[in-house]
Amino acid sequence: MNRFIYIALAVLFPLLIVAYEAFYTVNETEQVIMTQFGKPVGGIVNEAGLKLKIPFIQKVNRIEKRILLWDGSANDMPTKDKLYITVDTFGRWRIKDPLQYFLRLRDERSAQSRLEDILGSETRNAVAKHELIEIVRTTKDRTPAVDPLLAEADVGKLLPIKRGRRQIEEDIFSAASVKLAEFGIELLDIRFKRINYNESVRQKIYARMISERQQIAERFRSEGAGEAAKIIGNKEKDLQRIESEAYRKIQSIQGVADAKATEIYAAAYNQTKSSRELYDLVKTLETYKQVIDPSTTLVLTTESELYQLLNGVGQQP
Amino acid sequence: MNDKFEQSLPDIPISPRQIALGIVIALAVYLGYSSFYTVSAESVGVVQRFGHYHYVVDPGLHFKIPFGVDQVVQVPVKRQLKEEFGFGTPGATFTRQMSDPREWELETTIVTGDLNAALVEWVIQFRIENAFDFLFKVRDPGDALRDISESVMREVVGDRTVDEVLTIGRQDIEANAQTKMQEVVNLYEMGLRIDQVQLKNVNPPKPVKASFDEVNEAQQERERMINVARGEYNKAVPQARGTAERSIQAGEGYAIQRVNQAEGDAAKFNSLLAEYIKAPGVTKRRLYLETLQEVLPVVKNKIVLDDKAASVLPLLQLNAMQGEPR
Repeated sequence: MNRFIYIALAVLFPLLIVAYEAFYTVNETEQVIMTQFGKPVGGIVNEAGLKLKIPFIQKVNRIEKRILLWDGSANDMPTKDKLYITVDTFGRWRIKDPLQYFLRLRDERSAQSRLEDILGSETRNAVAKHELIEIVRTTKDRTPAVDPLLAEADVGKLLPIKRGRRQIEEDIFSAASVKLAEFGIELLDIRFKRINYNESVRQKIYARMISERQQIAERFRSEGAGEAAKIIGNKEKDLQRIESEAYRKIQSIQGVADAKATEIYAAAYNQTKSSRELYDLVKTLETYKQVIDPSTTLVLTTESELYQLLNGVGQQP
Repeated sequence: MNDKFEQSLPDIPISPRQIALGIVIALAVYLGYSSFYTVSAESVGVVQRFGHYHYVVDPGLHFKIPFGVDQVVQVPVKRQLKEEFGFGTPGATFTRQMSDPREWELETTIVTGDLNAALVEWVIQFRIENAFDFLFKVRDPGDALRDISESVMREVVGDRTVDEVLTIGRQDIEANAQTKMQEVVNLYEMGLRIDQVQLKNVNPPKPVKASFDEVNEAQQERERMINVARGEYNKAVPQARGTAERSIQAGEGYAIQRVNQAEGDAAKFNSLLAEYIKAPGVTKRRLYLETLQEVLPVVKNKIVLDDKAASVLPLLQLNAMQGEPR
């Protein structure tokens, strides 16, 4: 009995080890290259699941099947307009030809460093060929919305571009993907992540921004002063107008009234000969009243009507 | 140590059968334990058999083949996830949710389309829409999403002026960034759905901030200057209008008075005339004498001359040349 168990164990144990060595699993996220003494054999296994191999002789090399990230390091580089900027790029890639990839690069670390070399230098080339604005902007014919408050301040202009960010990314992409293809790598895309001014450029940019804002502020102030002066001018004009219009109106009203009065007087005084006589008389007498005052020295002859009666009571005029 | 331990154990006899039974029970418990699993309410379970994608299970208690044949990964498809850029609130819902605080300044600084700069903080809200794509299409989808978000935000802001970014263009940027991020995410087949992009604090760079404030102040000052001038206008002009109106009224009053006076005078004259025509001589004399009556008493110096007495003597001093009579 005991002996039988020992024999069974002695047979089963090596069998288990062989079975363990003969089966392997492939995950959804990977593909496998089988190597026999270091030499790839039997093509690529890219179907996930439980698989068989020759135990001990064949070795499983797992290679990533998913889309992978390449995150470039941030590099300082000059643009065509001699501005130093810090450019940070990233890209997506995939192992398209695992065999090629396996033969040329072996592992992901060397793939990443190759990507860094190729994409880094292509980025440098592309950036050096373009002005900064081409890397910053994307859409060629976008008209920016303008803050109505700043509408007249002559800011809020987008600088014109010829190509734009997407096309430069495209340039880098097409130049690099050819070079990467021979490593079995398919570049899916490359994008600028961050573009920032270099420290020395930044100060200049800030100085320009400050002066631009100050110019806007000055504009507002002068607009305020101008607008105020306009209103004050308006005030003066309106005052003159109101006063002169009133004067004109008063004069014409008074003139009409004077004319009317004159007409009335004339109509009354100028009716007949006797009305004219009476007017003369009345007016003369009124004039006496006004002319003769306490300080007047009145010289009267006895010829005057007042004294006529004194001369001769008998004489009747 | 060992001796003491053995000594403290009671000496119970254990047969090989009991050992075998113990092993079988332990195995059964392990089997039961590793054959069942629960998927939480906010997630789905993705089951892989020998590494091969098998199926997706809904929340609840489920069976699986133990010994590592079936592997289950839970993916929180119903949870609203978010990533923060340029700032961070603790309490991650996804990978890290925010970047290293040392990266924040680099993350926020964005060059605008008029070659200015702005500091932009934003948040993206998203969900895992397709658990299969999320697990098997892209490695490190969290990092990929952060890269995409930064790149797209810069692309969108790069097409706008600094004033749009700071004030009027915020909603436009949010909407635009969301669509573009979704496009890239779809392109990579990441299985994510971008629900929302929200801009948080957007500021001009610190060294420049004072000049932006100055613009606001100048704007206020402009309004103030205009208001002061308007005040002056409003103070003077309505008053002048009133004064003018008053003068015109006075002028009209004068006109009425003048005409009435003339009419009154004319009426008076006409009635006098009627009497005069009846007896011109008498009336004339009466009027003359009446006037003299009125006038002469007032005059202090009166000299009466007789034509026939051609000397100084006939001077009649009717009253003293000097001194008041009264």
